[in-house]
Amino acid sequence: MSLSQDDVKRIARLARIEIDDAQAAATQGQLNTIFGLIAAMQAVDTTGVAPMAHAQELSQRLRDDVVSETDRRAAFQAVAPAVEDGLYLVPRVIE
Amino acid sequence: MKWETVIGLEVHTQLATRSKIFSGSSTAFGAAPNTQASAVDIALPGVLPVLNKGAVECAIKFGLAIGATLNRVNIFDRKNYFYPDLPKGYQISQLAQPIVEGGALKIVVDGEEKTVRLTRAHMEEDAGKSLHEDFHGMTGIDLNRAGTPLLEIVSEPDMRSSAEAVAYAKALHTLVTWIGICDGNMMEGSFRVDANVSVRPVGQAEFGTRREIKNLNSFKFLQQAIDYEVRWQIETLEDGGRIEQATVLFDPDSGETRMMRSKEDAHDYRYFPDPDLLPVKLDDAWIARVQDELPELPAAMQARFVEAYGVSAYDAAVLTGSRALADYFEAAAQACGQGKLAANWVMGELSAALNRADLGIEQSPVSAAQLGALINRIHDGTLSGKLAKQVFEGLWEGTGEVDAIIEARGLKQMSDSGELEKIIDEVLAANPKSVEEFRAGKDKAFNALVGQVMRATKGRANPAQVNDLLKAKLG
Repeated sequence: MSLSQDDVKRIARLARIEIDDAQAAATQGQLNTIFGLIAAMQAVDTTGVAPMAHAQELSQRLRDDVVSETDRRAAFQAVAPAVEDGLYLVPRVIE
Repeated sequence: MKWETVIGLEVHTQLATRSKIFSGSSTAFGAAPNTQASAVDIALPGVLPVLNKGAVECAIKFGLAIGATLNRVNIFDRKNYFYPDLPKGYQISQLAQPIVEGGALKIVVDGEEKTVRLTRAHMEEDAGKSLHEDFHGMTGIDLNRAGTPLLEIVSEPDMRSSAEAVAYAKALHTLVTWIGICDGNMMEGSFRVDANVSVRPVGQAEFGTRREIKNLNSFKFLQQAIDYEVRWQIETLEDGGRIEQATVLFDPDSGETRMMRSKEDAHDYRYFPDPDLLPVKLDDAWIARVQDELPELPAAMQARFVEAYGVSAYDAAVLTGSRALADYFEAAAQACGQGKLAANWVMGELSAALNRADLGIEQSPVSAAQLGALINRIHDGTLSGKLAKQVFEGLWEGTGEVDAIIEARGLKQMSDSGELEKIIDEVLAANPKSVEEFRAGKDKAFNALVGQVMRATKGRANPAQVNDLLKAKLG
């Protein structure tokens, strides 16, 4: 599999990263090298091997269902760019 | 052309845990904005999610209740998209290996039973809330809801009408509240329904192109939105148009659905396993423990009510509409040993009074024990049905216990046949015309006489006894 420059630009847009054509071309080369590595690994016969979801052979630790957090709004909002009535303000997201 | 509607539902149920799915913040509804949003919920750098055992147990309960497969290993994935009420830039969800797969739910529409198959149910976190009004052109963000545990329950496209979709949504609502994994409060968004709707010519095997109606928060809106959408799709197709896959919103004011986004700008969520969370493993001992905590399920209880109390299948279904109602009925039935009478009173007089007062069964001023005592007095002949209603009113108003009300209001049915005979003789003497008509073969005249006797006794006579005595005297 190899990525086109359009694929690279689309991925950049989805990730909200602004890139110009030169950067897209450079990134395309780097990404295709990575895909080349993946292609080489995919040549390995993995018949009968369960897909691995995590690098560690452990299972998820669980928390008891208990409320342990307290209200720290004032501290968190002290570093927010804009707040009002306890809400974080962001640029309007719908018209 | 005849068209067939095809509907599948995705329901987001907020799980009734005290704390959030990946943090120790409270999930209580209605707190001041952002006072229940911890460092994990607002996605400060360097924090890690820790899974809530209670949320996993809710999912296990649901899987057991619908006879589904519980995946012994299930995995959390990241669903990536940008929106200000999703601070991490991704929602933690489950894609390839959800906790619950398969299962089924029975529904009844117009007296016909039907099975709706479920595809899957997976755990995920809720997003925060965006408030678009009154912030001088800005949007306000409240992250109290961010990280609230959800179980997203996905059905197969097995429903063929809005009525079936509503019946399924109601059955699911009953079940999740019954097993206690969701409070079911639709106004507060605890139970939100998305409907995938398509139409196809009757007899066609392939499905038509579907449109998804998002975020319906009442059964009425679900019905209205599907009905509108189906009409719109059929009209579009009959006018020679095509249906484009899209996500739409329902506007309750206009009763119409409108396009939110088309397939072209559909999200590319770039799912991948969340490296912050390890696979969740369920073992048989844990599942067995959760199974032990499950209450008797509605379907099993319906069968038992029919068997143990002799009520009809329909009555059993009504009585198991909620666990509180079922518990009330069973307590009343056990208090008097008269299942059918208890069912009639619970579904009749009591339900009507609760409706009038806009109260739930939990707030009934008449306890199950009191209703049972009342039914006892009907069964032993102390009260006629009519007098019993007066006693019920007394119980409702809180004027005392059953026997005290009967005593205080003089409602006891006359059991002294001597006294009754005397009254009947007086009635016969006062109504020679009716007696004559009865002897001439008019049955109506007999009923008129019974009515006169009941009036003379102020309803305290036992109607069956009046019938017998009258027949004997006229015979």
